[in-house]
Amino acid sequence: MIWKTIEKPKQGWAVVPNLLDYDQVRAEFSWQAARRELDGLPSGGGLNIAYEAVDRHAAGALSEHLALRWLGKRGEIRDFTYADLRALTDRFANVLKRLGLDAGERVFMLTGRIPELYISALGTLKNRNVFCPLFSAFGPEPIRQRISIGDGRVLVTTVTLYQRKIAELRSALPGLKHVLLIGTPDELRAIPDTKDFHQLMEQADNRFDIPPTDPEDLALLHFTSGTTGKPKGAMHVHQAVVAHHMTGRYALDFHPGDIFWCTADPGWVTGTSYGIIAPLTHGITSIIDEAEFDAERWYGLLEQQKVTIWYTAPTAVRMMMKVGTEVIRKFDLSNLRFIASVGEPLNPEAVVWGQEAFGLPIHDNWWQTETGGIMIANYAAMEIRPGSMGRPLPGIDAAIVRQRKDGTVEVVDAPEVEGELALRPGWPSMFRGYLNEDARYRKCFADGWYLTGDLAKRDRDGFYWFVGRIDDVIKSAGHLIGPFEVESTLMEHRAVAEAGVIGKPDPTAGEVVKAFVALKPGFAASEDLRLDLLGFARRRLGVAVAPREIDFVANVPKTRSGKIMRRLLKARELGLPEGDTSTLESD
Amino acid sequence: MNDEEIRALVAGQLRKIAPEIDVGQIDPAIDLREQVDFDSMDILNLAVAIHEATGVDIPEADYPQMVSLNGCVGYLRSRLK
Repeated sequence: MIWKTIEKPKQGWAVVPNLLDYDQVRAEFSWQAARRELDGLPSGGGLNIAYEAVDRHAAGALSEHLALRWLGKRGEIRDFTYADLRALTDRFANVLKRLGLDAGERVFMLTGRIPELYISALGTLKNRNVFCPLFSAFGPEPIRQRISIGDGRVLVTTVTLYQRKIAELRSALPGLKHVLLIGTPDELRAIPDTKDFHQLMEQADNRFDIPPTDPEDLALLHFTSGTTGKPKGAMHVHQAVVAHHMTGRYALDFHPGDIFWCTADPGWVTGTSYGIIAPLTHGITSIIDEAEFDAERWYGLLEQQKVTIWYTAPTAVRMMMKVGTEVIRKFDLSNLRFIASVGEPLNPEAVVWGQEAFGLPIHDNWWQTETGGIMIANYAAMEIRPGSMGRPLPGIDAAIVRQRKDGTVEVVDAPEVEGELALRPGWPSMFRGYLNEDARYRKCFADGWYLTGDLAKRDRDGFYWFVGRIDDVIKSAGHLIGPFEVESTLMEHRAVAEAGVIGKPDPTAGEVVKAFVALKPGFAASEDLRLDLLGFARRRLGVAVAPREIDFVANVPKTRSGKIMRRLLKARELGLPEGDTSTLESD
Repeated sequence: MNDEEIRALVAGQLRKIAPEIDVGQIDPAIDLREQVDFDSMDILNLAVAIHEATGVDIPEADYPQMVSLNGCVGYLRSRLK
């Protein structure tokens, strides 16, 4: 089906979009000029994300402006002005300083979306420590791996999550020196080897001067997954803030006075780059919603908080579509001006549904953990071709490439040809490496291009269209899951001989994790064993990573060299032709 | 079905989605997502499983009523009448 292009007005905007003339802005753009939109630390002390996000506003006209509004699960509201945020993040920076942390040491966070998370993130950056968020729906195994790979020195978490997931891991994490717990004094008294987050905050001074920060100092560590091997820690530096700021301006169209809601959890890169940093560098108000998805409540939030810009995800959009548009009519969403989505390609139906539901199309954009910020986007003032990820941001050069057998790269200039999406390195938020995994980092580059691992094509007008992944990484509800991580955990179950894990297409989540398991001799497939395995995987991996479905198979198909043929498992699952199976060892 | 039977049915479906959860330890009045590892996708799967087990049609707009055990029981009670 061909979807009709969604045209945009040429004039008559109530709020004039920042990117009105795409070609002109792209032609005139330079990263040096983008850097000048930020202040830099006083007296030439370099560039620090937290200074740009908080201190420069707290010291100026926006001091009493609302920076964060937190909406709790039970209807609580807590407001933080830029001045409040400065004092609190200064306190947390002092907490870390008093704990004796050196610059560059990692501070991990494992919490829901609570104010302490945002305060800790920014305080960590002030003390020049590295902020590393973990998703609270991770199970103990993904948490242990990530803290261990990242050599975490401090962990901030809640009493509940600590008891559920961390206590059993403590002895396996010798490098983790300090655990700061959020809870009531009564709860905390009973837990050994931990410190009281709030007590430390009270004891700390509320003034902190950010030490000189090199723009290339490590700031953020975000874990992502490949097909094989352990999770990879993508390293980002303070200078990334130049890209966070620029993309907030052009891709999300931030204007002074905007009220912005990013629904992503900071456990994932979107929730950090755009759930914490970008709205604050622009001095606008950011809404944080602690609770989980609920369509009608979300519409109520948009209305009550007078949200003007909303950044959400395809899975959420598709869940809203199922609920239908009727319920939306009960709400006054007239403040809403711009809707964007990221996580996986937004299907054309969903783009168009936005118009029917909100009177606004949904603007898909594309980026990755490694890119640190939005790279390709649909813009407020540019036509939308439903299903397309849009066009590259100013300062971003993209291409469709093909890797030759000798490893060199050929740029495909012809339109409508599938190839690997590649980006020309050099933008400020590009990852600077995978922590302690230099070989894996170098493999991402060839002939002066960063190879994204995504297959795409470009139409004759320069719009990019996502086609699929080159590797076997699973994308569920917008989050990457490495099949190897899931397979390894399943193999630890006493009944399992082999496991192969795929992403099974799902109308809501894009893909769900499905495992195929071959049993050891002496074990028979049964419903009880299947449930035992499912529970085992969920307990260890957490609901964000664990399979939703498990099937028993006689053998997991492998190549002669022993690689699991996940594509064959997927083809069988979908009833598709099995393709070339000449290297298949067994079935 | 009486409440007891409905509760057992819901617990049985819940166990198929999240076998690691000890249903006896759950506060039936509180959102499952807040007390155990259970997410919105699980809620959706639970609603589908309950539909398949009972034949009761559950429109997506009603899912917010099914986020706690009591919610599921109350919803089914009203729909099974």
